[in-house]
Amino acid sequence: MPLYEKLKNIDRRVIYIFIALSVIIPLVFKIAFTEQASPIVQNIFDKIESLPEGSRVILSYDYSPSTAPEIQPMADALTRHILEKDLRLYNMALWAPGHNIATETTDRIIIAEFPEKVYGEDYLNLGFKAGNEFLIAVILTDLKKMYTTDAKGTDIDSIPMMQGVKNLRNFDLILSLGGGKPGLKEWILFAGDPGHIPVAGGATAVSAPNLYPYYPEQMLGLMGGMKGGAEYESALMKIYPQYKNKSHPGIDLMGPQAIAHLVIMIFVIIGNITYFIARKRGEER
Amino acid sequence: MKKSLPLGIVFFAGVVMFFQHFIPTDQSEFIYKYANDWLICIGVYAMLLGIWSLIRVTLHKARHDPNERFYAIVTLVSMGIMIVAGWDVDNLRAGSLFMNMFNYILIPVQATIFSLLAFYVASAAYRAFRARTVLATLLLFTAFVVMLRMIPLGYISELNQYLVAWILSVPNLAAKRAIIMGVGLGMMATSIKIILGIERQYLGGD
Repeated sequence: MPLYEKLKNIDRRVIYIFIALSVIIPLVFKIAFTEQASPIVQNIFDKIESLPEGSRVILSYDYSPSTAPEIQPMADALTRHILEKDLRLYNMALWAPGHNIATETTDRIIIAEFPEKVYGEDYLNLGFKAGNEFLIAVILTDLKKMYTTDAKGTDIDSIPMMQGVKNLRNFDLILSLGGGKPGLKEWILFAGDPGHIPVAGGATAVSAPNLYPYYPEQMLGLMGGMKGGAEYESALMKIYPQYKNKSHPGIDLMGPQAIAHLVIMIFVIIGNITYFIARKRGEER
Repeated sequence: MKKSLPLGIVFFAGVVMFFQHFIPTDQSEFIYKYANDWLICIGVYAMLLGIWSLIRVTLHKARHDPNERFYAIVTLVSMGIMIVAGWDVDNLRAGSLFMNMFNYILIPVQATIFSLLAFYVASAAYRAFRARTVLATLLLFTAFVVMLRMIPLGYISELNQYLVAWILSVPNLAAKRAIIMGVGLGMMATSIKIILGIERQYLGGD
């Protein structure tokens, strides 16, 4: 059998093995590349940099564990940046599992790396509430109508960070991480636009192109997929070099992602070469 | 009465919510907030309905389908354990049974299932991504340029970054905006049909 025919009828398990190796080898040998923030990512970084100390920032965890490997690097980097700048961080979730992811991020990043930060004064977890975009519509005018307590069950009025907070208009920036519905799009449509509140965030690579119509007028920046997270990490490390020694999963995981993309591209090229050979021989039209 | 009452409610609610949007008064704001409260309540009850539906369907499988019995029991037991483990707010702290199950079972399981997509995408791309026509070639070229963004190639990557930014901000944006506007117009047309009682499938279809 000619080589091109062997390639044409290649077993899918061979492709699977190549993809598995293209992910495993860079992970084992820790192959990583340098990243540079693109303007759409840099805009988010610059916005957080420009906020004065004590500004209020919402970070909404609108995703589930299935997309966490792609989104979590963004959450880690944003949390570090917000606290490094002494802004007040309000975690919340439109997705039920987002509540647990926020709790896990708090334990791993805030408590471990910012032990001087005080819960209720510097950061807060409002937790998950059902209601999707309608929840956003309600808290745009009255936040305490939906959040009578924080995620720990503490009365909202007794929390120092909530003094002076009536609704979403009292926040300086809303960040949503996710890609599904409800997510960044709903924050733009139901909070950013009607409330004139800056909105930005991150989404999975497959969802990111759907959000481009809102950039830059309605959405000031977007991190698309793991690359977006890696770009944000690189921007953070550029200004705050101390984070070079901390975990940066986005940059670490871009190695396997780059090699896997390369392997897929090679397979597509091989597939097309075999297709043209077959067409030349009259086997395919 | 069985049909005219729901149709009347839908007509009344639809017309009121339409006009309140264009009348910026305290009364219309009150109606908007009140409707949002209702929607959240309905959402909460829909969640309960979803749990009930899952239990009912899974129990049916466990009783009547021997091939699905094992998975059905695993589903029910897992759901029961997570509900009990996460019942108290205190169980959401680090190191609790609920958080351990979330971190060490749910996250790896969901991430694994999602990552399987990479294998299917690679296999499908190899077999189906062919330059058969001009349009297919254009798609292939665009995909290559966007995928190349992920691979660090020094100076080529810097140039490619501008090309990718243009693809996402111009042709992609134009297509997405057209789709969004088309969907919006379609939603408006469907809403008008529902409000006027022309579209009645939500009543049970006839």
